[in-house]
Order: sequence, then C-alpha cells, then structure tokens
Amino acid sequence: MTTSTENVVLHVADVHKTFGGLHALSDIDLQIEEGKTHAIIGPNGAGKSTLLNVVVGRLAPTRGAVVFDGKVLTGKQPHEINQVGVARVFQTPEIFPDLSVLQNVMAPAFAKRDGSFKLNFLSSLDDEHQIRKEAEEMLEDIGLSEQKLMKAGSLSRGDKRRMELAMCLMQHPKLLLLDEPTAGMSRHDTNTTIELLKKIKERGMTKVIIEHDMHVVFSLADKISVLAGGRIIAEGTPEEVRNNPKVQEAYLGGAH
Amino acid sequence: MNFQGIFSMSRKDLTTLVIFSIVVLALPIWLQPFGAAYPDLMQKFAIFGILAIGFNILFGLTGYLSFGHAAFLGVGSYTAVWTFKLFSMNPIPALIFAVILSGLFALLIGYVSLRRSGIYFSILTLAFAQMSYNLAYSVLTPITNGETGLQLEAGDPRVLDSMFVAEEAGLPVSNFFGIEMSGIPGFYFCAIFLILGFFITQRIFASPFGMMLRGIKSNQTRMNYTGFNTRPYTLTAFVISGMYAGLAGGLMAVTDPLAGAERMQWTASGEIVLMTILGGVGTLVGPVIGAWLIKYFENIFSSFNESVLHNLFGFLPDGVEGFVVELTSMFVGEGWHLTLGLVFVLVVTFLPGGMMEGYRRITTLFTGGGGDGDKKAKADDTQTQPAE
Repeated sequence: MTTSTENVVLHVADVHKTFGGLHALSDIDLQIEEGKTHAIIGPNGAGKSTLLNVVVGRLAPTRGAVVFDGKVLTGKQPHEINQVGVARVFQTPEIFPDLSVLQNVMAPAFAKRDGSFKLNFLSSLDDEHQIRKEAEEMLEDIGLSEQKLMKAGSLSRGDKRRMELAMCLMQHPKLLLLDEPTAGMSRHDTNTTIELLKKIKERGMTKVIIEHDMHVVFSLADKISVLAGGRIIAEGTPEEVRNNPKVQEAYLGGAH
Repeated sequence: MNFQGIFSMSRKDLTTLVIFSIVVLALPIWLQPFGAAYPDLMQKFAIFGILAIGFNILFGLTGYLSFGHAAFLGVGSYTAVWTFKLFSMNPIPALIFAVILSGLFALLIGYVSLRRSGIYFSILTLAFAQMSYNLAYSVLTPITNGETGLQLEAGDPRVLDSMFVAEEAGLPVSNFFGIEMSGIPGFYFCAIFLILGFFITQRIFASPFGMMLRGIKSNQTRMNYTGFNTRPYTLTAFVISGMYAGLAGGLMAVTDPLAGAERMQWTASGEIVLMTILGGVGTLVGPVIGAWLIKYFENIFSSFNESVLHNLFGFLPDGVEGFVVELTSMFVGEGWHLTLGLVFVLVVTFLPGGMMEGYRRITTLFTGGGGDGDKKAKADDTQTQPAE
C-alpha cells in the first residue's frame, strides 16, 4: 500500500468468505482512507454486497477481520457497529414504512444521542425540539419537507432512497456505506443524489460506494477497487482504473 | 407553524383523556338503556379494558403477538388472593404485589420467548401459558389449590388486618379503608385504574420509546442498522403489558376474592387477542372498545334462552316462528361464541383495522369527498393521530 496507515479509517484485513464450497471473497485487503470516497465496482456476482455485509456485521467472515477506527468490528452485532459510527444505505431501501417521513428521520438521531437503548417512555416526542429541528432541516436539504407527515411507505422509490440516505446522515457517521445508492433512479434523481453526496464529501465524511453506474462512480470516487470473482483485481484512482487493461477486460468490456 | 402542530397534538391527547374518563366514569348512566348497568358487568368492562390496553402496548406497538397473556392475569389473581390471605384485605398491597410478581414472571417468559419472532414467538408464549395453567391446575396445588381454586378461609392469618381491625365472623370482603370492593364502589375502584392505565398508555404512545416500538414493528432490520438494540425494547414492552395483565388479574381478585386456574387457559389468552383486533390494533381506545363489546355480547347473548326468543319472535306465524327460534337459538346462550366468531370474521374481512377503522371511515365519509387531497390528508391523519 502506498498510503500511510495513519489515515486509514477502515481496514478490511485478509478477509475470506465461503458459502459451502463457493469462495465469495478471497484475500480481500482493503484500506479506506479518512475523508475519501472509495468506490467498489465489479460485475454481478463479484462479491460486492457480500463484502459490505461482512463490514456491517450481517455476515461473519470465514477468515480475516474488519477493523474500523482502531476497533475490531468482526463478531459485533449490527447495532454495535452502527454505534461506533458506521451507517449503511441498502440496495433496496430499508426504512420504517409505517412511520411518518419525519419520524423516520428523527429515529436515527435518538440512537445517536441516547445509545442503543433508553427507557424514555414517560417523556414526550413533542418535547424533542432539537432533534425535530435537525430532522426538518435535513428534510429541507433533500427536498422532502412537503412529505414530512406522510407515511414513509407511500413515498416513491426514489424518495425512499433519498430518505434512507437522510436517515444515515442524521447520525453524522464517520463511515457511510452505500449499496448502489442510485440504482433504479431517473437521470435527474441520480444527479440530485450525486450533488448531495458531493456535499457530504465536503464535510469530510468517509464513504464506501458500491455502484454499477460508471457516471456516478467517476463523478464521486477518489479511489476505486475493482472486484471480480471475489478478488480485488485492480485498485487506484479513477484514471488509473479506467486505463487498466485488466479492468477493461473484466468489467468495462473495453467500452470506456 | 410546526410548534402549533406539536401543541395541538398534546392538547388532543388531553382531550382524549378527558373524554375517555367521562365515558368510563359515566358507565353506570349511559349503560342503562343497554341493560348493562349492573356492577358485575361494569367491573368486567374496566378490568378487561385494562387487560386489552396493556396487551396492545405489546401487540399494537411492537407487532409481537403473545398468545399467553392469560398467564400473567392468573399470576396477578393468585398473588392478590395470597396477599389477602396473608396480610390484609386492603386491595392496595394486593395490587402492588400482583403487578410486581406478574412483571417478574413476564420478564422470565419474555426473556426466553423474545429470542424468536413471528409465529415462533406466539407459539412459545402459548406453550409457557399452557405450562403455567397446568402447573396451577395440578402440580402447584399447595399454592393454587388446584381444581377448586384459591379462596379465602376463616383461618387465614391476615397479619396486618389482625393488628388493626377486629375479627368479624364469616369471610371478610376486600375493602379499601372501609369501602367494600363490591358493587358500584368496586366498579369505581377498577375504573380509576383503567383511567390511570389509559393515561400511561397515552404517554407511552407519544414517547420516543413508543416510536422505537413502532419502528420495531415496521422494520426490525432498519432498527438494528440504525444502532438500536431491539431486544431490551421488546422485553420492556412485554414486561409492561404483563404488568397490566397482572393488575387486571389482581382487580379480578379484589372484586371477587378467588382465583382459579381456568383464568390462565389458552382460550382466555385468545380472548385478549380477539378484543384487541376487534377494537383496533395499535390504536389507543380501540382495545377498550373491543373488550367492552365482547364482554357485553357475552353477557347479553349468553343470557338469551328459547323462551326469550319465543317472546322476541312471537309476532311470526307459528311454523315460521319455530324455525326462526330454532335457527337463532344456535347463536345465543351456550352458542354465543358462534355469534362472536361470525362478528370476528366480518370485522377482520371488511374492517381489518377493527372498530376504530370503521369509525374513521364513517368520519371521512361525512367530513370530505374523495380525491387526491383527501388521500394525503388521510396519511397526515394517521401520522398526527396515531393515538386514535
């Protein structure tokens, strides 16, 4: 690795994951630097989502470890991993469909402020002015103010994704993991999301993005890792990756 | 603008509480025309109302369907009767012990059952409740007096009472500093607990804790990835609702100081589920309405017999009358469960949100026409008034 390890905030160290006889991930060694946007690309079935699931604790690696901010995440529960500052946006939005949009965005702020459990059943939601204000500002930012009292389940797919992103941002995570944040979005929505993600980048939040859309990847990523067959076959700046013949063969098909 | 919304909501809760209290306290008046204003039935209204709103904190908010809540009811009753026997006929210590013990019992059962969700959770609670029933019925006979049920006896120590009150002949009646807990005073005693329980439920519904419980029902995965440890949340909800059931069981013993194992049987657990669904799961007043309807119909329909039916259909020609009486007699008396089943099927099919959904549909029918705006307003409605 050419980078100094001081700035590495997430280190996926020598991770293997097998399902039965299938090697979903082999020898994955990934170092994500603080404040950078790191894209992971690769053809379908390359193991991108498996990798993300290992990081957030949904899957336990067969071998190896994930270290975040000096803490070993391997073996921790999803809520514990979130509590150390890792938030995740899913490929299919995971939201609270029965709660209002505003409540969806408020809930993560409670987890951030009160920890993983607090027995506050005699206080009133109405008295949480600070969290409500933050949530309303966030909704303003992503353009969902008008829908704040609607049930989140009745939002359009694109709006759900934006709201899920907003939910993660409410926690000011140190690391944000995005699993195809623009999949299924219109060109317009995609561009809005790119702008939003660029804004977060300016705030210095570290991001790992899994993405199919090369337009999104090349407009956001500082660094790209290319995954194919469960291995990292190339890594570098967008320019390096774009010009790497191995990558063109495996993934871009020479189109770029 | 936003703040106005906030205040109007809490004012709305206050209004609901005031109206609810008036309705409950005025039960002896407005039940007169329905022929249901007798103390025994009204005590049941209050007690089963407490049971249903407590159950709703678990089922309505977290979505965990317990099929074993009758166990906590039973524990509450047995504890209360034992407190009467050992310490005092005053209902307050009996209720305190009933709530604490059923809460501990709920902690134990919930700790194990909540390791699973969905149908497996329901089956686990059902299994625990049936085990409790069988324990109470046979194994624990020294404590529960088995088949006969636990009763007061002349030789009970009642250490506190014997210090302050002169022993009277015959079996004592539970009394709240001299007020006997039967009849109308007994009803009002229970009614105060119903209002108190309703108030606490309102607070839970409007609290961040309540929102987290709804979040668990809505999407448990998101809760975990948002940094919430859902287990303590569900366990707390389980224990709180178990304590409500214990309170209800304790009040049963207060108004009628005996406790039997049949109170813990699975049919009793099923009845609680029916009440909640019939009234409206996840709504504040729905479960109370469901409890009242079931208890009302249980009393009215089960008291009908053939002669009542003959009087009712006396105006019909002889042959037809015989046929109609024959037909309807299947649905009354012992067969009132058939009526309950039919009503339940109809409600679940046409009003999945229970009576409260029916109420909401009627009000929207009168207040506004169709159209997109209406649809949106409806969504707003469910947001600002989850309490309904």
